[in-house]
Amino acid sequence: MKITRRDLLKMGIKAAAVASMPLTIEILTPEQVKAEIEKSDVRWGFLVDTYKCVGCGFCVKACKKENEVPYDAPVTRTWVERYVITKDGRVLADSPNGARDGFNDNRIRGEEVPENEISKAFFVPKLCNHCENPPCVQVCPVGATYSTADGVVLVDRSWCIGCGYCIMACPYGVRFFHPEHKVAEKCTFCYHRIVKGMKTACVQACPFGARQIGNLKDPNDPITKIITTQRVGVLRDEYGTKPQVYYLGLDDNVK
Amino acid sequence: MKNHVWRPLYVVLAVVALILVARYLYVPKDFGIGERGFMYGYHRMSNETEWKEYKVKYQSHEYCNDCHPDKIESILRSTHKVIECENCHGPAVDHPEDPPKLDIDRSRAQCLRCHARLPYPTSSRGRIKGIEPDEHNVEMECADCHNPHSPGMGV
Repeated sequence: MKITRRDLLKMGIKAAAVASMPLTIEILTPEQVKAEIEKSDVRWGFLVDTYKCVGCGFCVKACKKENEVPYDAPVTRTWVERYVITKDGRVLADSPNGARDGFNDNRIRGEEVPENEISKAFFVPKLCNHCENPPCVQVCPVGATYSTADGVVLVDRSWCIGCGYCIMACPYGVRFFHPEHKVAEKCTFCYHRIVKGMKTACVQACPFGARQIGNLKDPNDPITKIITTQRVGVLRDEYGTKPQVYYLGLDDNVK
Repeated sequence: MKNHVWRPLYVVLAVVALILVARYLYVPKDFGIGERGFMYGYHRMSNETEWKEYKVKYQSHEYCNDCHPDKIESILRSTHKVIECENCHGPAVDHPEDPPKLDIDRSRAQCLRCHARLPYPTSSRGRIKGIEPDEHNVEMECADCHNPHSPGMGV
């Protein structure tokens, strides 16, 4: 038999096509496809009810002790802000010592507001928003900070060089420089606790249920139900960071 | 081409090779792109485990209940039942092994966290019974008169 150049090329292409075909075709169930795309069936989210918060600061105290944040240094992973809006439209806000010892004084930055002049007053707990698009992670030059599959933004203390880019990049000001470890520090959603099925230290310490944590990928999770069925807000939505800490009763004056 | 063109090129190649070797030796083997992709997931995988193994300190009242059910039962009858034991008694960590005794915060400041009167209409704080810290038995500790485990009855 005589093989022409054309035949040889044809055979070659056919052989390559056959060889590149998979031996078995795997049919994935919808669940498997979902698992392949999403990788994790957990996405941690946080809910803050500002109506319930009384500004006791137990959350700040518990967080500092649980996570060994220097207790007397002016740094904290979470804090509580007080807002007092007067009837003539002035906005007064403070957070003495991050509210580690709560609020036990009527005066805000030394100013006493008479009771009948308060139009509204409330407390707003703040913590890392564990953004879906965390700008702090994007700017890290060494890959020391990252987002886990379940949506928690962490810092690798042994890899961080302490350059501080992430501290500048966070629009919420939740990152700071750890005075002892000399690296960037932030809220971890108490990763060591939530992966064991416990609540975060701040959620557990809150006597009034103003702080809650849940799995946003579980439609039956009580927190997810509130976030999906009630009117919730997030901080600085316009930045496009997609924060995952949701607030009930968020006011326009909260920055 | 002449030698003076090739020689600096060899130097550049040697420097590049040196950097690649140093990088190979220095960067941990488990460094890579995680589930969140290159932009958000570039990290050292074992760091996740390191954070997961961080020491838990606050154990919750269920842990306390194993040995102190009487205390839990007494506080459950009071309005202070919403407050976790460790908020005042301090983190249990591995109590009773370590620490054998917890440092209890009985201070006036501890009570004033909630009971300093703040007349805030749009916050639950306004509904908590409070005192004027500068007027109500200044210098005294609250626990001298009020029992924190049954605040309503202890006066």
